[in-house]
Amino acid sequence: MKTALILGAASDVAKAFSKLLAADGWNLVLASRQPTDIDALAADLQIRCKGTAETVAFDAMDFASHAAFYDQLTVKPDMVCCAFGYLGDQHQGEKESEERRRILETNYNGAVNILEIVAADFEARRTGTIIGISSVAGERGRQSNYLYGSAKAGFTAYLSGLRNRLYPANVHVLTVLPGFMRTRMTDGMSLPPVVTASPEQAAAAIMKAFKKSKNSVYVLWMWRWIMCMVRNIPECVFKRLNT
Amino acid sequence: MREKISDWGNYPVVQADVQHLRSPDQLSAMISQTPEMIARGLGRCYGDSALSSTIINTRTYGHFISFDEQRGIVRCQAGVSLEDILTVFVPRGWFLPVTPGTKFVTVGGAIASDVHGKSSGSFCDYVVSMCVMKANGEIVECSAAEESEFFETTRGGMGLTGIILEAAIQLIPVETAYIKEETVRCKDLDELMALFDNMGKWTYSVAWIDCVARGSKMGRSVMMRGEHAVQSDLCDTRHQRHPLEIKQMPKLNVPMMFPGFALNNWSVQAFNFAYYHHTPSGIHEHIVDYDTFFYPLDFVNNWNRIYGRRGFTQYQFLLPMSTSYEGLPVLLEKISACGLGSFLAVLKKFGKHNTFISFPYEGYFLALDFPVTKRCFAVLDELDKLVLKYGGRLYMAKDVRMKPEMFFKGYENAKIFCQRIQTWDPEGTFRSLQSKRLGMHDERNFK
Ligand SMILES: Cc1cc2nc3c(=O)[nH]c(=O)nc-3n(C[C@H](O)[C@H](O)[C@H](O)COP(=O)(O)OP(=O)(O)OC[C@H]3O[C@@H](n4cnc5c(N)ncnc54)[C@H](O)[C@@H]3O)c2cc1C
Repeated sequence: MKTALILGAASDVAKAFSKLLAADGWNLVLASRQPTDIDALAADLQIRCKGTAETVAFDAMDFASHAAFYDQLTVKPDMVCCAFGYLGDQHQGEKESEERRRILETNYNGAVNILEIVAADFEARRTGTIIGISSVAGERGRQSNYLYGSAKAGFTAYLSGLRNRLYPANVHVLTVLPGFMRTRMTDGMSLPPVVTASPEQAAAAIMKAFKKSKNSVYVLWMWRWIMCMVRNIPECVFKRLNT
Repeated sequence: MREKISDWGNYPVVQADVQHLRSPDQLSAMISQTPEMIARGLGRCYGDSALSSTIINTRTYGHFISFDEQRGIVRCQAGVSLEDILTVFVPRGWFLPVTPGTKFVTVGGAIASDVHGKSSGSFCDYVVSMCVMKANGEIVECSAAEESEFFETTRGGMGLTGIILEAAIQLIPVETAYIKEETVRCKDLDELMALFDNMGKWTYSVAWIDCVARGSKMGRSVMMRGEHAVQSDLCDTRHQRHPLEIKQMPKLNVPMMFPGFALNNWSVQAFNFAYYHHTPSGIHEHIVDYDTFFYPLDFVNNWNRIYGRRGFTQYQFLLPMSTSYEGLPVLLEKISACGLGSFLAVLKKFGKHNTFISFPYEGYFLALDFPVTKRCFAVLDELDKLVLKYGGRLYMAKDVRMKPEMFFKGYENAKIFCQRIQTWDPEGTFRSLQSKRLGMHDERNFK
């Protein structure tokens, strides 16, 4: 039976995806900063799945701990899904370096640091799947969230480079590009319903893209077209827009 | 977040602040800050029972907590759906003892409406215990033995006693995921009622009635009855090899609201005629999977859209045994005479049952869908008078229009119910559009 390591298992998308994996017969290792937060999730998955579900502690911002974290896993995973992220507060981030650092380091440095360790292992074993949950916010910087967006842009570029590197080693790298999503991260925000996905929709899209060995997937198909337009608005026009 | 929202009947559509339930702590904070709110599961009630100015979406609170393999008791959070339960436990040989006509309802919603199905019990008969958060933020663990008054009031209490957080449910063992079904065509109401009265050992039964047929054809119908199939009932070799697994069927989808004229007396008549004559006369036995037997409507996503933007409602009444034989023909005659037409009319006999405020008790009930129009509401007001005359009541989970009088006369414990919810929730935090419409918080109605 295969094992999946879910980094940032407390996120709503990770939860929904874990349920699909559990139903599909995977063993799950759920990593989160506060493993007690996901005890209930682990118990739930244990009931749903034929395999096992265990929790481990993982802090994306604590780079020094990453190598030891991966080493101590008793079973090395066949799939790693990097689902943590921190939206943060753009305005606060413009003023305070602590918030700025947290946004950039969680979404970029933290993700890259742990995935490099995973990549080395998968490359040596010549097997495995790395799933990175990035964001359409990384496709063009907007005044409303460019700190988050720029970190995700970096993460998207990182994943494509990693895919390039790991192709000869038979390792699959999947970039997931969610648009608006109805999750804990966006609780209380008003989002346009037609282009907003539920965590379950996102999970289903990820599963399908994984099974078809896709390179990247937009959670809702509309976003491919929306982002195509957004990317192609000339900068001289875009800078005047209030986005 | 404010959003436009409606329940299954698409009527009424309201603007509400929708909050997602994440934890008991977050909920108790919300309760203390929000003047009025109501819980909502999957919004499968037809009318306004799960609508309020603030709606607590419980679907986000959907973990399984534990499962007792020996006794078949599953404990879960209120946002777990019946579909979740079946998907996880049927392959292990366990089934829900009671299920409504759709599996897309939550455990919380099933308890709050005390839903019934084709068997002769109701959902809460199998709720071993539950945890409910009251208006003061306290969590009450209750069961038939412990805090029993709170338990019986929450059962069928339409979310007005508090927000159900967790429940433990007794499942029943099954050998296969299939049902041995018999269809029986009946030419009139007498034949059908006689059949219901001599059900013998059948566990599940329900009848579809052609409610357009009049005169000597009144009550012509098809009864479907069923029993969980055992291994030796299965004849298909693929089924024999995997008796507890069924294949997911592809789903149809109704992509948009139908225009208003699509449903009229002619299309309803044609549908009912075709349905009746499609069924062979006499008795026929088949083996069908549980989805086909229990949830035929679930194969079509969003079928509620065929009623168009103006929406629809279901009229579901129950008459006690003592008046059913006299009352049903009168009501059926009135329904077919009024020409409103209903695609779906379902008749069922319910078994002996003691409940405090929930809908089912021993008697016959009939459920019909009607598109929402002014005339429809006027006709239903007329039907209300007859239902009251025969000592019956209406099902709150399907209601969007009854008047307070209908509730207070139909439910013999209505006043005590309102007094109790007032003691537990003096400020009236838990309110739905329905509870306000029915005057459940207005002391003049119950003191
Ligand atoms: C196609 C179809 C067929 C149906 N067939 C049947 C049938 O055969 N028998 C039957 O009995 N019903 C039937 N129903 C009705 C349905 O079973 C009930 O309306 C059920 O309550 C819906 O559950 P829900 O999770 O969608 O709850 P909602 O519709 O969201 O809410 C219904 C009520 O439950 C309350 N509620 C929901 N969650 C909680 C909670 N956690 N705590 C407290 N209160 C809560 C709400 O406040 C509201 O009053 C049918 C509905 C449809 C659409």
